[in-house]
Amino acid sequence: MNESMEAKVARICEAHGRSRTRMLEITREVQSELGCVPPKAVTAIARELSIPRVEVEGFVSFYAFLSDHPTGRHVIRLCNCVIDRMRGYDGIAKLFQEELGIGMGETTEDGVITLESTPCSGMCDQAPSALVDDVVLTDLSRERVRDIVKSLRAHGDPSLLVERQGDGNNAHDLVQAMVHNNIRREGPLLLTPLNRGEAISKALGMTPVEVIRVVKAARVLGRGGAGFPTGMKWDFCRDADGDKKYVLCNADEGEPGTFKDRVLLTEMPDRVFAGMTVAGYAIGAEEGIVYLRGEYAYLRRFLESVLERRRADGLLGKGILPDQTSKPFNFDIRVEMGAGAYVCGEETALISSLEGFRGDPKTRPPFPAQKGYLGYPSIVNNVETFCCIAKILEVGAAAFSELGTAHSAGTKLLSVSGDCRRPGVFEVSFGITVRELLALAAGENAMAVQVGGPSGQLIGPESFHRKIGFEDLATGGSIMVFGPDRDILEIVHSFVEFFEEESCGYCTPCRVGNVLLKQTLERIMDGRGEPEDLELLETVSRTMKAASRCGLGQTASNPVTSSLAAFREKYEELLSKGKDGRRRAFDLNAAVAEAAAVANREPVRSHH
Amino acid sequence: MSDKIRFSIDGVRMKAHPGQTIMEAADEAGIYIPRLCHMPGLSPHGSCRVCTVMVNGRPASACTQPVADGMMVESDTPALLEHRRVLIEMLFVEGNHYCMFCERSGNCELQGLAYRFGIAAPRFTYIFPKRDLDASHPHVFFDRNRCITCARCVRASQELDGKHVFGFVGRSFHKRLAFNSEGPLADTDLEVTDQALDACPVGALLRKGEGYKVPIGQRLYDHEPIGSEIEARKDAT
Repeated sequence: MNESMEAKVARICEAHGRSRTRMLEITREVQSELGCVPPKAVTAIARELSIPRVEVEGFVSFYAFLSDHPTGRHVIRLCNCVIDRMRGYDGIAKLFQEELGIGMGETTEDGVITLESTPCSGMCDQAPSALVDDVVLTDLSRERVRDIVKSLRAHGDPSLLVERQGDGNNAHDLVQAMVHNNIRREGPLLLTPLNRGEAISKALGMTPVEVIRVVKAARVLGRGGAGFPTGMKWDFCRDADGDKKYVLCNADEGEPGTFKDRVLLTEMPDRVFAGMTVAGYAIGAEEGIVYLRGEYAYLRRFLESVLERRRADGLLGKGILPDQTSKPFNFDIRVEMGAGAYVCGEETALISSLEGFRGDPKTRPPFPAQKGYLGYPSIVNNVETFCCIAKILEVGAAAFSELGTAHSAGTKLLSVSGDCRRPGVFEVSFGITVRELLALAAGENAMAVQVGGPSGQLIGPESFHRKIGFEDLATGGSIMVFGPDRDILEIVHSFVEFFEEESCGYCTPCRVGNVLLKQTLERIMDGRGEPEDLELLETVSRTMKAASRCGLGQTASNPVTSSLAAFREKYEELLSKGKDGRRRAFDLNAAVAEAAAVANREPVRSHH
Repeated sequence: MSDKIRFSIDGVRMKAHPGQTIMEAADEAGIYIPRLCHMPGLSPHGSCRVCTVMVNGRPASACTQPVADGMMVESDTPALLEHRRVLIEMLFVEGNHYCMFCERSGNCELQGLAYRFGIAAPRFTYIFPKRDLDASHPHVFFDRNRCITCARCVRASQELDGKHVFGFVGRSFHKRLAFNSEGPLADTDLEVTDQALDACPVGALLRKGEGYKVPIGQRLYDHEPIGSEIEARKDAT
């Protein structure tokens, strides 16, 4: 029997308790059944959830992985990250377009395949990469393009495109991905074997306040990049009034060039979940949510199986390790999928998204620790931070903090990619210099290194003596290496373009500033730049940094400002003064083109 | 509530009630902090960023930041005035604003701010986006060219009219005002008496049949710059 569209939407909403907090799930499921979330379905979802239609429309239009118009049965998303571009994205994209007979963003006439590009999907160490629906294809070559199209048309099963499975749990029955871990340097803390119940068992042997004391003694700073003291965050949350509290794990690893959380989730999920459980005990929460970026959907079933096993082992659920607690400790974790929005890695945007809203950051204060998810006190920590917590409980605060520097305790996982012979994940102690890291990754020829992803800093060889750590070069984990032949302005342009697309558009400086930066940069690259343009870039950057509402806007101008600081000559050599006082930025031919077309005649050029 | 909180703006000592924002306290004291998305009676939004001030050395939006004891606020500094100028210019080049024949001219807060800041022309290149308009409603006209996505109509419709006529769709530069219907504005429950229409600071949402009703010379900002009405409170005390 044919189920009507309305009935399908009603069934899906019903299965999710008609709750707005399941909007990400609901829209994803509606899309997978209907091929998209069309206007009529938007109306139906709004009715089922009893919320204004325009808010559902606003939600669907916010996330890159949701579409309000029909797409192909399969969507091929080519990763257009700067690293992928360095490794042949352009040629591969062109071949796909030729093979499919469509442009980027279009769907084949038979409605089978849509071709799109997508920002960094966390596979830079095995670029170029693509997502075919939820299936990750790595190390793409031009030779494979025809095969991919042909077999997708023949069998319609993207999982059959996986040529060989990756190492470790990438080959797990529930993963079966061709992704590789590329772990280049293991240990001594995070990438080590673990006893699944050890951290939580040790935590339960203490009072929650003592647990926070241990976390503080270890001096652990948030690993997402901002470096806020984790213990202090937990203290605020523990002290905040609330009937309920939440532990949120930020697994929306979206900073281009970062992929270490993907490796932790693949190989150390128990340590992540143990850290979350310890957090739940410490702050008095019974619920935890992992916000997993949409690009990592291929890990979902595996992660859920790990949660299931922890429940079976008494490490999650009602009455965790009952023999070790005087009063029952209940804590459970669920996984929610993101849907393609970098800004959702910002903690308050992540909360908006989980609540079923557009991924707009929230006004602070109040901070999440006071008023977070659904208004309840919440902590948001990065995947790696939770691993640090579990390890601190395993080995003690002293063993953790004796590594690293006086300000930045412990080790850090770095994702290294680009022009180096050993790209992958490195666990290093804080305080390592960029030069030492380049030696480990065999990227000694680097002309420039982007530390901390686009929102971090671009540095040149004169700064390679600097140290990785929150007191010097802070990074959430992204290290991109650029060799001597790379075009600095092209790199900066790709980052500016990224921020322009990923800005939520809420506040003026970020929404408009990124467009102005891109416009000016393109003018310079086009050979139409004037010396004043550098001042213009700096003016816009200053206002974006000072006046933007969240970290995205505050850091979005960093590629421009840091490259201007380290590689100013690369800009200057493209600039010149206009002749006869004319602005070089002004393109007379372009300006009169439309009028000339209407008049159907060419402009007469004067020659004096 | 007691007048317990003591803080300062540009070195001027002030008192405030707990729970007040910097902007509310400044308004009461007759200190004008420029703003666009803020409107008394609506929940703060913090999106235009024109009211950015320094709070104990860090930037914050005055319309959202609650006052706290001992807080030192800077507002009238060269750096902040420059940020505001840049933000206003950004709003001009982002849309298509034709002040010379806009019905809101003289009563427009964006234009009023530009005059107050002495902006004759923006230093940035106009973006000239292609934007549409909606004239479907019998009594209301919406021109997206002039919309600055301040969300005042969105909030006023919810908080004052008890409706939900407006919202936002899209993101980044493509974020735009949308209506609570599958179709055009006429398909919503917007009425000509809705306060949401009075909330628009620019010429984006207009009542039909009222254009140029107020003669030049009698418009809001014809004689005194925007903000004077707040600064007058200081002179009165």
